[in-house]
Amino acid sequence: MNGTRAVIAGIGHTEFSQNSGRSTLQLAAEASRDAIRDAGFSPTEVDGTVTFSMDTNDELALIRTIGVPMLRFCARTRGGGGGASATVQLAAAAVESGQADAVLVYRAFNERSAHRFGQPVQANPDPAWNWASPFSLNTPAKVYSLTFQRYMYEFGLTNEDFGRYTVVARDWASTNPNAQFYERPITLEDHQDSRWIVEPILRKLDCCLESDGGVALLITSAKRAADHGADAVPILASSAIQLEGGHEMFAYYHEDLCEYPEGRVLGQQLYNRAGITADDIDVAMIYENFSPIVFLQLEAFGFCGRGEASDFIKDGHIGRGGSLPVNTNGGLLGEGYIHGMNNIVEGVRQLRGTSANQISGAEHVLVSAGRSGIILGR
Amino acid sequence: MTTVRPPIFDFDDAFFWEGAREHKLLIQRCGDCGILRHPPTPLCATCGSTNNQATESSGDGTILTWIISQHPTEPDAEPRIVILVQLDEGTRIVSNLIDVEPTHDQTLNDKRVVVCFVDYDGTILPQFRLAGSQP
Ligand SMILES: [Zn+2]
Repeated sequence: MNGTRAVIAGIGHTEFSQNSGRSTLQLAAEASRDAIRDAGFSPTEVDGTVTFSMDTNDELALIRTIGVPMLRFCARTRGGGGGASATVQLAAAAVESGQADAVLVYRAFNERSAHRFGQPVQANPDPAWNWASPFSLNTPAKVYSLTFQRYMYEFGLTNEDFGRYTVVARDWASTNPNAQFYERPITLEDHQDSRWIVEPILRKLDCCLESDGGVALLITSAKRAADHGADAVPILASSAIQLEGGHEMFAYYHEDLCEYPEGRVLGQQLYNRAGITADDIDVAMIYENFSPIVFLQLEAFGFCGRGEASDFIKDGHIGRGGSLPVNTNGGLLGEGYIHGMNNIVEGVRQLRGTSANQISGAEHVLVSAGRSGIILGR
Repeated sequence: MTTVRPPIFDFDDAFFWEGAREHKLLIQRCGDCGILRHPPTPLCATCGSTNNQATESSGDGTILTWIISQHPTEPDAEPRIVILVQLDEGTRIVSNLIDVEPTHDQTLNDKRVVVCFVDYDGTILPQFRLAGSQP
């Protein structure tokens, strides 16, 4: 392998919980410390950071806490969870261009016990909310449901179809000790018994698991990782796609409401850059704030055709023994919602051979946050 | 009684909300190349002009997609039908459908609608009714 290629050399995370009982800075610091150690690095060797623009942990507070003496590269992603995989893109770009030698990626929050994203907006966080909140479109569940409804209408789906995804996610989570729903699988009946959030589109069990926790990654070059004895996973491709007319939340102005155009273009970019096709992906980690977004992404990335995701899931492709295991940690519905970053950790584990739900022979893993993504591979 | 969170508007969209106060559904129109755009922007992406004008919409459109908005833990809050309307002029707008029972056992996709204006405690919003229904 090319020694200058960027790799994920270390992973770290706290427990995922409903109430961490400590500051977000402590969560970020614990995860960061563990990622640096996992890579075999010292904090004094870290010279770059990347986090979310939404993250409340200041870089200077973090480096003082964990003992990093100097940074020469700091970057933050745009948007919310859609930028989860863009953290890796930015870090890899810094490493491969020589702007930094070892970049710490971190994300930490008390998203359940403190500020909950799922609650109604109190003030317009950006002017785009003017075209939603006065009309009672004031929670992420409602905002996304307005596009999901057209998808259901067009392809004749019901909430039960979405429930089949949740059942699979909870099955994976049930055998993952890190998952908040460890040893708690559900049936489709359990899903159908959970209360409506947006009837008849989303039930409670279609929504991600608001969580407290922190995740960190240490990204460096293949050569440096090898010098430190890290079990490094190469980043074969990374990309983040924004399209004119698109919006993180309000995907109402693209021509076709039944597709995820950012995901479609992202998939093409990633496959081209990695020199592979959808058929070569062994495990897909797919960001899901709500279960229907998995359907749109399965179609956008070419794992099945337009409107076919429901049958693809019904036919068992994404579960145990399936042709494309999806979200083998339980995903954001089953393991926890650390803004998508925990899905990157699982992608690394699948390629290291250390996942709780190891897919034997996994060589290529797609980690998609919808509008940003990476392909990891051996 | 429906309570509405008022828009917090600024330079770029003040014309829209002022138009609503006069019961006009305005669509931003480039004063140079004539292209329509919504939500509004301060500069025309097609020709670069800042000559931002507005044109009054016919108010006729088609429902692309819809949900019933009712907060699950606030059952007393008034449910509202939220719609995404494709206006005949070609732009899209999020609004509400009024004078229709907020029930799930109906199909509203692709139904024709027409604009009207409702004063919610001082906030005047463009709303829609099914075409052909009497105010
Ligand atoms: Zn123009």
